[in-house]
Amino acid sequence: MGLDIRLPIGLLFSVIGLLLAGFGVFSDKGIYVRSLGFNVNMAWGGVLLVFGIIMVILGNRRSALRTHAQHSSDGAGHSASGRR
Amino acid sequence: MGLTSIDWIIMGVYSLFVLGIGVALKRYMKTSADFFLAGRSIPAWVCGLAFISANLGAQEVIGMGASGAKYGIATSHFYWIGAIPAMAFVGIFMMPFYYGSRARSVPEYLRLRFDEKTRGLNAISFATMTVFSSGISMYAMAKLIQTLHVLDAPLKGLGLPLSASFHFSVVISAIIVLAYVILGGLVSAIYNEVLQFFLIVAGFLPLVLLGLKDVGGWSGIKAQLPTACTHSWQGMGSAHTNPLGVEWFGLVMGLGFVLSFGYWCTDFLVVQRAMAAESMSAARRTPLIAALPKMVFPFLVILPGLIAVALPAQRASVSSGVKSEVVAGSRGLIPPKIDNSSGLPVLDANGNPVFDYDLAIPNMLVHYFPTGILGLGLTALLASFMSGMAGNVTAFNTVWTYDIYQAYLHKDASDQHYLWMGRMATVFGIVLSVAAAYAATRFNNIMDFLQLVFAFVNAPLFATFLLGMFWKRTTGHAAFGGLLSGTAAAAIHQGLTLPAGAVPGIKGGWLGTVHVYPSEMAQNFWTAIWAWSVCFLVTILVSFITKPRKEDELVGLVYSLTDRVSEGDVTWYKRPEVLGGVVLGLALLLNVIFW
Repeated sequence: MGLDIRLPIGLLFSVIGLLLAGFGVFSDKGIYVRSLGFNVNMAWGGVLLVFGIIMVILGNRRSALRTHAQHSSDGAGHSASGRR
Repeated sequence: MGLTSIDWIIMGVYSLFVLGIGVALKRYMKTSADFFLAGRSIPAWVCGLAFISANLGAQEVIGMGASGAKYGIATSHFYWIGAIPAMAFVGIFMMPFYYGSRARSVPEYLRLRFDEKTRGLNAISFATMTVFSSGISMYAMAKLIQTLHVLDAPLKGLGLPLSASFHFSVVISAIIVLAYVILGGLVSAIYNEVLQFFLIVAGFLPLVLLGLKDVGGWSGIKAQLPTACTHSWQGMGSAHTNPLGVEWFGLVMGLGFVLSFGYWCTDFLVVQRAMAAESMSAARRTPLIAALPKMVFPFLVILPGLIAVALPAQRASVSSGVKSEVVAGSRGLIPPKIDNSSGLPVLDANGNPVFDYDLAIPNMLVHYFPTGILGLGLTALLASFMSGMAGNVTAFNTVWTYDIYQAYLHKDASDQHYLWMGRMATVFGIVLSVAAAYAATRFNNIMDFLQLVFAFVNAPLFATFLLGMFWKRTTGHAAFGGLLSGTAAAAIHQGLTLPAGAVPGIKGGWLGTVHVYPSEMAQNFWTAIWAWSVCFLVTILVSFITKPRKEDELVGLVYSLTDRVSEGDVTWYKRPEVLGGVVLGLALLLNVIFW
């Protein structure tokens, strides 16, 4: 299939990571009594953001490789038909 | 439950992505093979993650957390004994026949190997089962949303009664699943299952880390709980000396062999994910790749249950009862079950409170997660429910279209017609699931009864496949007779036995009681053992007295008549035998560590 799953996964986790980390920066610290005093939104949001970015990079690289391979095979096809 | 805007935004973003994947994939759905088989174009790692995620419905997540709280780390047997060996077996030995025979479904393999009637029996029972499973998933999700009071604030804002929560949950989940499956078919379901896998890890890993920090790590759990809860094999010599109430032979043979191999090796819901792989090699690697995360999942879904009971007793944040003041007598974070008519705790035969273990994971989420990450945890739960539904719906639309509609109702239609029928099957599969969800609210016993019947039908299946794939003498009449007699044996065994403390009825003993098992789990395992054994023996006996098929008709369908798959051009560490050895070795190691 033409859609590399790593792209939507990467985008989703980047968006959720940004939302959580941003909320963690600006939220009232009192809500973190539940998470043992740890700003879990900021920390985990950061982890998800990094994961999301890595997935986007991997997905893009694969798409670029596939496009390059398609162009190469098209080119080979054209030159082959030219020879015919 | 105290959700704020950030939690709703996270759930909304997830829903948009799910629908977006369906929309993005719609343009690739040109033929029925694209819709039902994902064009056989999916990489092994994607199929592998979908392979376990299709099984990772919320009943699994909630149920394993509940079992972890109730039985302890012995629940890991459902993974390390009850899944990994079967996943290695299907990858190494069975996938060459499923993928190599070019069958489009498991029932179709049965037609190629045996005959039409065996395919029909399997297709009809499987299609019915998937619709009800999807409905049960929908029902469970709507009940959980109701219990967690997720929709209370929006409903109050709209001036609607709180009882509308159930209807909203069912309708919204049905619309989302319908939209993305009808648009992108199996690929859409697989992609969303992969998304769900990462969401579950993202939602549950911080929960486990926070919980472990709070209770003082694994050593803290061991200090708080009885030894039986922190060892998986101790006391397995007898059914009376371990929390599961089953001895080692019943566990290994019933769960580790019959039920586990019956599910992972023959259930089209999971096998379909491997059949969508881009090559034979990728299809064989699919279950083996899936086995790697599968074996560490106990740390994500069972451990929260153990942490919930290792914490000091406190009033649970979430309870299913109507009167919150009676929820004080909790076991850790687990509230007692409340009788809704009297508002008092439910007591067992000895007068002890019965705990509502299903609330272990929801209570852990509310206990440790502040707003923000609470939305992520809830999204992970909802994602697992919806993926469970979508997995069943995609398996249903394929079996309906190829094995029932094309086989019996409309044989020679165009490919475009079958593509259209697949989309229609998705619509009525979802409509039937909604009907099943509402049936469960009115007739809970009927759903229990149906699940029991499906268990009877499934238990003998692996004997049929094992003989069919590895003994060329097995005949179609024998397979059909074996399946029917195995199902009958399961029903008779269940009808003659009872779990301790149960009364005759849906739990067994409806033909009389000749044996009482220490637990319901032991009864289930032994029912499966009887069903499998009878099916195995009857199939062999009938095969000897009926005419076998010609050998040249069985090439590609039977082990001894099929060339071994060559993995010569595959890197050594990607070869199924190597991967299989690694996953079995790791599973053994985990069993030893938690012995």
